[in-house]
Amino acid sequence: MTVVVSLDLLADVRTGDKGDTLILAVLPRDDAAYRHLLFRLTPAVVSSHFGRLVIGDVRRTVMPQLPGFVFELPGVLGGGVTGSPSLDGHGKTLSYHLLSLKI
Amino acid sequence: MSTARTTLRLGAGAGFAGDRIDPAQDLAEHGKLNYLIFECLGERTVATGHARRLLDSTAGYDPLLEKRMRAVFPHTTASGTTVVTNAGGANPLAAAELVARIAAEVSIGSARVAAVTGDDVLEQVLRHDPVVWETGRPLSEHSEELVSANAYIGAEAVIPALDLGANVVITGRLADPSLYLAPLAFEFGWQPTDYATLGAGTAVGHLLECAGQLTGGYYADPVTKPVSNLAFLGFPFADVQADGSAVFGKLDGSGGTLTTRTCAEQLLYEVGDPAAYLTPDVAADFTGVSFTQVGLNRVAVDGATGGIRPDELKVTLGFRGGWLGEGQISYAGPRALQRAELAGEIVSVRLREVHGLDAENIFVEFIGAGAAFRGLDFRSDPHEVRLRVTAQTRSFEAADAVGWEVESLYTNGPAAGGGARRSVTEVLSIRSCLIPRHLVTTNVHLLEGRS
Repeated sequence: MTVVVSLDLLADVRTGDKGDTLILAVLPRDDAAYRHLLFRLTPAVVSSHFGRLVIGDVRRTVMPQLPGFVFELPGVLGGGVTGSPSLDGHGKTLSYHLLSLKI
Repeated sequence: MSTARTTLRLGAGAGFAGDRIDPAQDLAEHGKLNYLIFECLGERTVATGHARRLLDSTAGYDPLLEKRMRAVFPHTTASGTTVVTNAGGANPLAAAELVARIAAEVSIGSARVAAVTGDDVLEQVLRHDPVVWETGRPLSEHSEELVSANAYIGAEAVIPALDLGANVVITGRLADPSLYLAPLAFEFGWQPTDYATLGAGTAVGHLLECAGQLTGGYYADPVTKPVSNLAFLGFPFADVQADGSAVFGKLDGSGGTLTTRTCAEQLLYEVGDPAAYLTPDVAADFTGVSFTQVGLNRVAVDGATGGIRPDELKVTLGFRGGWLGEGQISYAGPRALQRAELAGEIVSVRLREVHGLDAENIFVEFIGAGAAFRGLDFRSDPHEVRLRVTAQTRSFEAADAVGWEVESLYTNGPAAGGGARRSVTEVLSIRSCLIPRHLVTTNVHLLEGRS
């Protein structure tokens, strides 16, 4: 059976910045959510959700003992914190964009 | 090493330059700390510090340093707690002189204040001419004025100051986790090649360096992750063993929460590659880290390790980037977004045609319609929207025209714009490069506070 739910029900998120790259941490709320996301929350799915902002390949690191995932999304912060004119140059608010993902 | 301690308690006094002071004061008074650490320096902070120092040779350090030290000094002196901070920013010596003066006024015993210098590598980068990451071109090919160049220095730079018995150590661009690693390495005798323990200590530093982010502050969400008493969020401390393992805690009665989940979020914060988190001290490996709840608001960490440190040090470069003009105005109710869009178009046209700004430098956002998500999830019918127009310009006058044009929407329309605000700020563009470690030499200057 395939159940599609919003990521908001399965995980917590936090972003950080390194230059142009958005670093996105995803913390599943329990082991079932972790196993679900391990197969479903692929780099391609995350890349697609951030669409045209992503320039290059998204990399995923799995941390099974936390459990958690780290995604690196190159290009999202075009210009970085001091080079981008965006109000939230760090992209701190962007973590919650992932929570709208249906998965 | 001073004495052979089996456990060291390090407290987080600040997680960024503008952080609250009362949680640090509480930790200093009640935390039974061996060390209290203030992390007060971001990439931009060090460059703005240099810009201030160019105007006033006694400035350039954290403007809150005096308040912070006055708040904690009576307690750290009484408890024998050593303070380590990178609040020296662009001027660690001037900061140390200030702290020595405060020490003389308020402390009970004698205070030894040390400044660590050598992170200022402006001369070295001009000679060495490294490639700038963001542009891919050598530094010498950049026409903007270079205001500052600061290398991320590591724990090794601080240890001689601790060895001299300093009660307060003030640095410039010391790497954030190194603030915490330095006292651990000093007290436990960790050597620069003890990569496993340096990695473990770096994990402790990384978890503490953002202070309230570990204790449920930045973690909190009123629905999915409710946290109590956030207005009086307690800052964390760690009890660290000689092998680098640690138990995190916060003061009883303080706000916030400290759980394996708050720790896991912070562990991954700003860590792109958990297998190689690079600092001046070590390539820390967090992939084996696990957390265990060992009590209420007590979490044990284990499993961090590390590998050989990088041969080169990262340098933050600050360039003068002209001026940033900004104007904002609100629209609400029926057709709020359409009116804001019309307003944005009017301002853009006038900035180009009346004030001669380049179109590519003008940036328009609609706050409330999805500006934060940068167009990924745009809302076409927000109840309220705030137009924000910015432009980066060469002259102050051109930048000032941005807010002026937004403000003049008041009478010139469209309808019912309100709450206009305008500002002009000088821009410091931050970029990065690497330089060989051997080009960076650090020094310790010891000042005695009279008392």
